[in-house]
Formats: sequence, structure tokens, C-alpha cells
Amino acid sequence: MIVRLPVRYRLAPVAVVAALVVVLPQFFPSAYYYRVGALVFILALAAVGLNLLMGFAGQVSLGHAGFVGIGAYAVAVGPTHLGLPPWLSIVAGAVLSVCVAGAVGRPILRLKGHYLAVATLGFGLLIAIVLTNESAWTGGPDGMSVSRLTLFGWRVSGSVTWYWVAAATLLIGMVLAFNLIDSPTGRALRAIHDSDVAARVLGVDVAYKKLAIFVVSAVYASVAGSYLALFNGHVTPDIAGFLRSVELVAMVVLGGMGSIVGSFVGAAVLVVLPQTFTALHDYEHVALGLAIMAFMIFVRQGIVPAVVRWRTT
Amino acid sequence: MKLLRSVAVAATSIFVAILITAPLAWAQVKIGAVLSVTGPASFLGDPEKKTLEMYVAAINAKGGVNGQKVQLVIYDDGGDANNARTFATRLIEEDKIVAMVGGTTTGSTLAMIPAFEEAQIPFISLAGAIQIIQPVRKWVFKTPHTDTMACEKIFADIKRRNLSKVALISGSGGFDKSMEAECVKVAPKAGITIVHQENYGPRDTDMTPQLTNIKSKADVQAVINPGFGQGPAIVTRNYRQLGITQPLYQSHGVASKQFIELAGPAAEGVRLPAAALLVADKLPNNDPQKPVAEAYKKTYEQGTGQPVSTFGGHAYDGLMILVESAKRAGSWDKSKVRDEIEKTKGFVGTGGIVNMSPTDHLGLDLSAFRMLEIKKGDWTLVPEGSS
Amino acid sequence: MAEFLQFFFSGLTVGSVYALVALGFTLIYNASDVINFAQGEFVMLGGMVTVFLALAGIPLPLAALMAVMAAVAVGLALHRLAIEPARGAGVVNLIIITIGASIFLRGIAQLVFDKRFHSLPPLFGADPIRIGGAAILPQSLVVLAGAAIIVLLLWFFIDRTLTGKAVIATAANRLAARLVGIDTRRIVGLSFAVSAAIGAVAGILITPLTLTSYDVGTLLALKGFAAAMLGGIGSAPGAVLGGLILGMLEAFSAGYLSSAYKDAVAFVVILCVLFALPQGLLGSAKIERV
Repeated sequence: MIVRLPVRYRLAPVAVVAALVVVLPQFFPSAYYYRVGALVFILALAAVGLNLLMGFAGQVSLGHAGFVGIGAYAVAVGPTHLGLPPWLSIVAGAVLSVCVAGAVGRPILRLKGHYLAVATLGFGLLIAIVLTNESAWTGGPDGMSVSRLTLFGWRVSGSVTWYWVAAATLLIGMVLAFNLIDSPTGRALRAIHDSDVAARVLGVDVAYKKLAIFVVSAVYASVAGSYLALFNGHVTPDIAGFLRSVELVAMVVLGGMGSIVGSFVGAAVLVVLPQTFTALHDYEHVALGLAIMAFMIFVRQGIVPAVVRWRTT
Repeated sequence: MKLLRSVAVAATSIFVAILITAPLAWAQVKIGAVLSVTGPASFLGDPEKKTLEMYVAAINAKGGVNGQKVQLVIYDDGGDANNARTFATRLIEEDKIVAMVGGTTTGSTLAMIPAFEEAQIPFISLAGAIQIIQPVRKWVFKTPHTDTMACEKIFADIKRRNLSKVALISGSGGFDKSMEAECVKVAPKAGITIVHQENYGPRDTDMTPQLTNIKSKADVQAVINPGFGQGPAIVTRNYRQLGITQPLYQSHGVASKQFIELAGPAAEGVRLPAAALLVADKLPNNDPQKPVAEAYKKTYEQGTGQPVSTFGGHAYDGLMILVESAKRAGSWDKSKVRDEIEKTKGFVGTGGIVNMSPTDHLGLDLSAFRMLEIKKGDWTLVPEGSS
Repeated sequence: MAEFLQFFFSGLTVGSVYALVALGFTLIYNASDVINFAQGEFVMLGGMVTVFLALAGIPLPLAALMAVMAAVAVGLALHRLAIEPARGAGVVNLIIITIGASIFLRGIAQLVFDKRFHSLPPLFGADPIRIGGAAILPQSLVVLAGAAIIVLLLWFFIDRTLTGKAVIATAANRLAARLVGIDTRRIVGLSFAVSAAIGAVAGILITPLTLTSYDVGTLLALKGFAAAMLGGIGSAPGAVLGGLILGMLEAFSAGYLSSAYKDAVAFVVILCVLFALPQGLLGSAKIERV
């Protein structure tokens, strides 16, 4: 499952993505393409984080959009109700996500398989319910507007600007992820993926490592959520919904579990596909359902690992 | 290097996929719509889509507007405001629309407003909440009555019955929560006290615990249920199941014959504020809305085989206000069309008679709402002589 | 007291709906370890096909029977065309396949049917039965009885028939089952057919209470899944117990605590139960093989 590369090629995939980021806009006919690109990068960031959890630690989470929601509402609530500047709200959201993930992670990660799935699902729903019901703070189901991000007097707005900001953040996120994988922690993580019991026998503190990676992946999701909210200028509780969680999981699996670049590819496919399928009008959902099933059946190890295997044989 | 090449292959194919989506250019004028055709608000979005499609086809059959055929570009946001925002950018940047009708939910509309304000494109929303037009935004209009008006209309009727203590039971959707909040806000002004509030979740199947709590509050004199879809039908059934005798008010969200079908005999005696459209055939002959309402009802029911709902009516009003404004402007110049929309006076729509102004981008007053009561499985007009 | 009784009745009504939906997850899981997120679409098919056949003038019992058959056909197709070709894929892959299937089926349903809400007439009328100041609809009892009958049938099928034993053998060890001559592919296919039938029956029985529409399945499946996990996935009595507890939790927290947070209360309790009993209430522990 896991793509292993010699150390000197380790960051090659990041370089490829970076090159793509720079070259693609040459072909963009309008700002709409920048918007789609920015969405791909932001969701890819969340997917990379989730991939660390799913692909390397072998733990599934059907509630990761909960952390996206925490990050998104941090940049909405922070400036509006608490007077925090937006950039500090991103940090505050990440810190809050660390606390929440640390608190719920330990008991939740003791569960296995489908029980872990239902527990994370329940956790995600809880966040969405709170966001929907606390109207005084969150604006309820219709959501609330988000003030613009200003960095050192520079107003970050517009699809083109966000394209570059999101791309830069994604690249940093990918480099950090690669470093984490090759660290001793990363090796311990892969051991967990193969077998809990075996890892424990080898002296890996399984519970702690799992928790650590859960927290890291929550931070990725939270930052992605903050970006999404700042980019859109408006946030609704849908952002933390079950469908969003499923979408993130699908991105990871589609791109290839354990492949960092795969998460980028998975995000790209799942953001672009629905935009493409609008041409099918009423058959949009039929096509989307079929495409998801077909991918999972025929490219079950994920797009990037499949391509790698195909190139090497 | 192999990985490098494969990533390049993947990226190219994605890029090609994006290119394919770029629609062909037509020598027509384009009107955009982002509707919740699927998802939790499809109950509203579906009739809106059908209405727009039917009437744009009819307009084109008669030669279009200002000598140009109208092309309608509809995207389905699935009820998710984030999708709506992306489609708004797509309509502006890719499709190059000249005007926008739609935004089924308040959340989607609020998410899209910044995009259209920035692009300076007239935007007529089909969503309910008052925040859309208050404060007034230069390019944003809407056609449905606000939830505030629905509350005021219901409160007026409750006062007429010499009652004042009210309980609210509402769902957790945007429509429900927004109307709940507005009712709480305007209650003191109307001399109404909200004595109890209950909620239910999406797709809940039994609301008897909430209604039991309302029933046990001795001072409740009437109950209001803001919401749409299947929730209000179940609330109404449960209301009778528990034998609660206080008057029950539904919102304009259930204004479709379907509500009566779903709630069955339990719907007897339920009152609600609604547009004249529902009672087109029962309006007096001198009512100016009668011909418009009857014509739309006939077109919609024959075209779709489904009973008419006021949501489709809002889409009709929005499209017609836009088209008439464009005709008056004599062109599809965005700025001129916007100015003409704002000058709309005496437009007779399915939702009421619209008189817009620079300070009022809705243009409806309380008279646009009729108070209806369900009797023998049909709507009847409640006489409002004393108000 | 009347209030307590009414909350109890509400819990019973909602709980029996969840129980019936949760039961559908059991058999497929037993035979193949797959959590079928398209289970809600079987529930939708049961209700919607019945409604539309009845509208077309077919007598209700016949329409219901045809709806169950339609769901079974869809269940078999799902197994043959989507699950079987993905044999050997990971758990998460299978979950996503069934989610893809549910998007697909909903897409088809909105084309074939419509996007409006529909209802069916209750079996024994709409007049509530009044006991001690509380009221319950006869249909609630019908749904509850339906769940009980399905549990009995499932127990009989699994414990008392050879095919049922083959299902258990397939679940325990597919290779070993094949070695003793069990056609495991057919067994898994059968489990999809039976689960689809259970889902469709659930859809028909609950529609007079819950109403139905093309997208009714999503949330019902979510609640049903939670109920099945609470009870211990794979156990039929566990599914019913989980469903009833979930219903009671919602009803009593709506009644005594906060109706806005009743779903949250229910999920918090589920999380706590799972922390204490990681295999659910009636589930059996699996030992990890190294």
C-alpha cells in the first residue's frame, strides 16, 4: 500500500506539485479556474492530514469535517465576537482543535474498525449540531459572514490571491507530512498500521502515537477549514457535516492511502468531477455515484499507487 | 522520475476535464440560477427550477427579450452554501451572466451576495430571511415575503382571536430557525408573549415529546410551527394525536396542497399565512392578483403534473420582474437593468403586488399575505374585516 | 405520569423505526463484514415504489410485494456489480462503494419518482390508542411487531436452517467455508437480497409514520447504523435493542432536557457506551490475529 521512495527522491513529488501550481495558471481562461484550484489546494490540505491518520496510522475517521468546522468557525467567531484578528483566529482554531482532538482522541482511538467509524461519525455530528443550534454565536443554519484576512496590511481576497496562498500552505503541509513519515514517529506509525499488537510487542507506545497523529491531522483539517471560511467570506454548518467528512475520506482513498501526493490528486478529482458533471443536469448524481463506485472497484489501491505500479511494471 | 511523469499525466487529465466543462459560447443573453434542486431544501428548489425552465422556454418561443433569446444556466448547490459560492463565481466568470435569479436558501444567498455585489450583477434571491434585503444592498433583491412578515401576519390573527400567549415549535433548518428568531423579535411589538419554545431535528419522525411539553404549559393559547417539508405535517398529526385543542398556526413554508395530503384530517382548522396563489380560484373577481395567479397555477400544474406551490411562484415573480425591467431598460446592460428593477412599481405577481424603492428591495407589504384556514381538505380565506 | 408515558410511547415509535432500519445492517455485516451505507436507500425504495405503484392503481398489498421484490433485485445487483468485483478491497473502500451506491440510487430515484413527500395509509387507521393520558398510533405497534417478527425470522433462518449456518460459516472464515463446499459468493449475495428485503419492509411499514421521499434514506441509515453499532453490529436482538434505546434517548431528552440537543444527547450516550463496551451492548469481541 505505502509508496516508498529512496530518500533523494523524497521531496520530488512536492516539487512536481509546486511546478504544476506555477504552470497551470498559464492555461486558466478566467478567475473561476483559480477558485477551483484554490478549493483543490485547501481540501487537499485537509486530505493530507487525514491521510496521515488513515494511510499511516490505519485509523479511519468519519468525523474529520468536525475539525474543519472548528477551524472555519474560529475565523468567523473570533473577529466578530472576540475581536481577534483573523490570522490569530486561524491559530486559535488550530489550538482549539488540538485541545478537542487531545481530549476526545484517547477514548475514541481505543475503538476499532466500524466502532471507530461510528464514534468519529458521532463526534462530527456533535460539532455540526452545536454549530447549528448556538445561533447567537454562529448565526445558526444560515451561517455567518467572515471578515477578510489581512496579513501585514495586505488584504487577502479574490480567487487569484487565494490560489497562491492556498498552494503555498499546501506545499508546506506536504513537506511537513513527508518529514513526519520519515521520522522515527513515522516508522512507529506504519507499525501501527500493520498491527496494533505487533507494534506494542516491539515497544511502540501505540495509544500515544495514535493520539499524536490524530491531533496533527486535526490541525491540518482546522487550518483548511479556516482557509475555506476566509476564502468564501461566509460559513454555514454544512462545512462540518457528515457529507464533508465522507468527501475527505473519499479523497484520501481515491488518491491512495499512504500517498501524500495521492491526497492532492484525490482532492483534485473530487472537486473537479462535480463541476464537470453539472453538464449532465439531472443525471449529475447518477454519474457521481457511478464514478465513485468505479474508482473504488477498479483503482482500489488509489490513483497514485496504481499509476506508480503501472509505470514500474 | 516515474512518479513525476505519472503525476503530470494525472494533472493533465484533470486539466482537460476542466476544459471540457467550459460551455460553448452562444449568441444569447444568459441568466443564472443557483438552486437547491437536491438536498434538504429540494422541496423548495425543485418547483423553482421547473418554473424557471418552463417560463424561459415560453419567453424564447415569443422571440426573447430585447431581441435576444434568453439562456438559463442552472446549477444545483445541493443545499450547501459552499457549493453555491463556487457556482456564483462560475456564473460570473465563466458563463458571463447578465443577471441572477435564485438562491433557494438564505444560507446560499448570503454566501453568494459578496460575489454578485463585487461583480455588479443584479441578483434576485428566492430565499426567505430578512437579512438578505436588510440592510439594503445595491445589487440584491428578493421576491418571497420575509419571515418577519409571516410572524406579524400570524400575530395579527392571534390578536384578532383575543389571544396573546404563544408557544413555538420549529425545526433545525435555516428557514425554521430564522423565522423562529424573527417571531421572538417582533412578538413584543405585536403584544404577543412567547411562553415556550421547542425544536425538532431534520427528518424527525415523532414530535410528541415536544408537543407534550407545550400541552403541559397551562398558559399556552396558540402554537406556531415555522418549517417546511415533512416536519410540519408530522407536527400537525401529532398535535391531533395528543388532542391539543389550541389553535395551530403553520408558516408560509407549508403553502402547498401537499401539506394537506400529508397531514390528512389532522390539518383541519390549521391556519397559515400564504400568497394568494394557493387560493387563486377563490379570490374575488376584482382581485388584481386573480388572473396572474390562475394563469401561473394552470401553467405549472399542466406542465409538471404536480400541485402548485408558492415557491415556484417566487421564481416566476423573480423572472418576470427581471424580464420586465430589462424590457423597460431596453437593453441587458446590468446597471440599467438594476435601476429598473429598483423602480418596479405595481408589478402584479403570484406573491403580491410589488412596489420596490431604493430603500425596499422586496416591495411587498403585509397585504400580500392572505390568512388561510384548512377546511374540509381545502384552503379557505379567513375574513380579515376587523384588522 | 401521563407525560412520562407519552415520552415512552414516542421513544417506542421512533425506536421501532430505528430498530427496523438497523436490522437491515445485520445480515450483510454477518456474511461479509461490509457496512452497507446504501441500506437507507432500500428503505426509501420500499416506501417510494409502493407509493408510486399504488398511485398507478395497483392494489396496496400487491404494490408492497412488488416494492420488496424491486428492492431485492437492486440488492442483488448491488452485490453482483459493485461488491463482488471489489472483493479483497479494504474496509474503507467498501464503505465508500456503498456510499457511492447510495448517491447513485438517490440520483435514479429523483429521476424515476419525484422530489416531493409521500405517505401511505396506516394499517389499522389513524385513531390513536389512549392509555393513561398518553396516546400512541396503532402504526407504531405495527412497526414494533414488524421488528419482532423479523428478529424471529432471522434467528430461525440463522440458527435453524442449513443456509443460515452457511452464512455464519462464511462470516467466520470465508476460505474454510469454501473448503467445506459452501458457495460463499451465493451466500453473500443472499445476504444482500435478504437485507434489501428487510429494508424495503421497513420502508413500507414506517412510511405511514415518517412519510417518505427520494432522500429519506440518508438520515435514517445514519441513525440506523448508530443503533446497530450501539447494540453490537451483527446481532439482530442487538439491533432492535440499540434502535429502541436510541429512540428512548431522543424522546426523553427532548421531553426532559432540550429538544434542540436531543440528537446530541443521544450521540454522547452512544459514545460513552462504546467507550465502556467497545463491542456494543450485545456484540461479541473479536481477537486480533497477528
